[in-house]
Amino acid sequence: MAALLDVRDLSVRFPSAEPVKGVSFTANPGEMLAIVGESGSGKSLTALALMGLLPRQARAGGQISFDGRDLLSLRERDLRRIRGRDIAMIFQEPMTSLNPVLTIGDQIVEVLRIHEDLSRRHARARAIELLELVSIPEPARRIDDYPHQLSGGMRQRVMIAIAVACNPKLLIADEATTALDVTIQAQVLQLLDNLRVKLNMAVILITHDLGIVAQWADRVVVMYAGRKIEEGFPGPVFDTPYHPYTRGLLAASPRLKADYHYSDGPLSEIPGSIISASGERGCSFRPRCPVARPACAFAVPELLSVSAERQVACPYVPIPSEVAHVASVGR
Amino acid sequence: MNKLGTYAAETIDLEPPARAETARPATNPAAQPAAQPRWTHIHAPDVRASAVRSTAWRGLRREFKVFLSNPNALFGVAFLLVVALSALLASVIYPSDPMEMVARPFLWPGQNVTYPLGTDSMGRDVLAGILHGARISLTVGIAATLLGLSAGILIGATAGYFGGIVDDILVKFIEIFQTIPSFVLLVVLVAIAQPTTGTVTVAIATVSWPTVARLTRAEFRAIREKDYVLAARSLGFGHARIIFREILPNALPPLIVTSSVMVASAILMESALSFMGLGDPNRISWGSMIGAGRDVIRTAWYLTALPGLAIVFTVLALNLIGDGLNDALNPRFSEER
Repeated sequence: MAALLDVRDLSVRFPSAEPVKGVSFTANPGEMLAIVGESGSGKSLTALALMGLLPRQARAGGQISFDGRDLLSLRERDLRRIRGRDIAMIFQEPMTSLNPVLTIGDQIVEVLRIHEDLSRRHARARAIELLELVSIPEPARRIDDYPHQLSGGMRQRVMIAIAVACNPKLLIADEATTALDVTIQAQVLQLLDNLRVKLNMAVILITHDLGIVAQWADRVVVMYAGRKIEEGFPGPVFDTPYHPYTRGLLAASPRLKADYHYSDGPLSEIPGSIISASGERGCSFRPRCPVARPACAFAVPELLSVSAERQVACPYVPIPSEVAHVASVGR
Repeated sequence: MNKLGTYAAETIDLEPPARAETARPATNPAAQPAAQPRWTHIHAPDVRASAVRSTAWRGLRREFKVFLSNPNALFGVAFLLVVALSALLASVIYPSDPMEMVARPFLWPGQNVTYPLGTDSMGRDVLAGILHGARISLTVGIAATLLGLSAGILIGATAGYFGGIVDDILVKFIEIFQTIPSFVLLVVLVAIAQPTTGTVTVAIATVSWPTVARLTRAEFRAIREKDYVLAARSLGFGHARIIFREILPNALPPLIVTSSVMVASAILMESALSFMGLGDPNRISWGSMIGAGRDVIRTAWYLTALPGLAIVFTVLALNLIGDGLNDALNPRFSEER
């Protein structure tokens, strides 16, 4: 199956730093891909680069091919036609991502009318359908509400309705559930998952919550300090994490171990903190790494392909001996 | 305990729905319906939702309420309505030219019932002059404000939204206007052009737009960074749509407040110009009436006082409205936004 989105060696460069350094990944149609990492690992910038919405000073390098087109070489005008119609995005803060002076109906109708040739009345009917699709009760009445009349979960549903209004092929959810409380979080993720199936769209779930990844993602990309350090199916990645950072993350997470209660013992933590994006030579995880060797200070570790779907960017990992072929695929 | 028994007997599975050991194949996502989590329909109302419910205002209703509960603002509105009515009805009540000599000069107010506010040094009816003058003052005030507002919003929005070099150039342009004393510029502009109502209006707009431009620019710079603007960009909205539909409505409150004060200062500027004899010589205005009465201020002070009072109260009314609007629309006083 041809990948819907093929990101190759994507980098984001600011005048003073390079927070995303050569990230490559693909997303297949209808797939839920999770990008995990702590704050400052370059997840959100990667998402903004996909949308062409980087801050003015930032420059994106590499290649982003979406549906056969290279997004980075497109002009703003053509990009605008893709945004909202083929690629949509939902943001972290549902409280501030809706325009406070327009009714939610107006905001849905607007995006429909930009990208599709619809009359006002048809667009409104579609808007009501969309609100129903995202399980908002009494959509015909709610459509004339202003954002402040809705709760956080409801607003995020409206954001999702706006995002999927034009049946995008790819939906980027940048920490879309982080600001919601846990019960609502589960509902919203369930909704995203249902919509993914119903509309056959790929979803890129950007999060730092490993529980969400374990439960919902088809594939997971772990990022650290602007690089992809591990990739694979969530089952194998969580069962046998290869990269020391992934291992540290999982050990620091209280939710993923059976027969273990957080009061049984202290949670482990990864010592130190993510180094500044300007970085230094060598492996960016080296200062915090339990298995670091002197060589790590000199060269950025290459991305090794362990199996067809499994990659890791660390040569000193207990890769099982049955893995016959470990190939370097660049970094 | 019996009642609780049914619950105790029920095994409650608090684990998240177990996912298959292997990864769900992406090619066939519908094959395995996700287990429905329990109790998704029950959740406590969060604090924010209930707070929003208790304030319960729709659209602009709360703002209207605040505005209408302000007696000063109501007085302002009432007085302005009277001025507007007299401007509209001036030619009905006094169909003849107010600059015509109609009676003996220097009739004091109340001396003759036909001319309740008396006549001036040339025997012109003062009341007719004030009513007709209201028309000039309001027309010039409102038209100049609209012009200045449009120019200021356009330039300020462009500078604030695009930033960078565009912003630098436009700000320099605004500063050029701000460094020249505005009234001197106004006098020069009117002196160069023929003094008609139209040129006076344009000249006043020319000196008053920089304030609006600066205010709009500041608002746009702040709002441009909001999440919903980024969200709008992520939906493929064009620049014009983002400026006029997403940002401008959110920038309006301070602009509305400013515009009421702008009308007041435009009226003052027009009066000052007319007082100096730089107004339209064929139309009577409050300023020109004061200017004409200036020579006889010792013997017939009412000739300057009456149009002066008209100016004072109109400007006061507009300022009171501005204050009321500020209380109602200022984001610092309202919870949301």
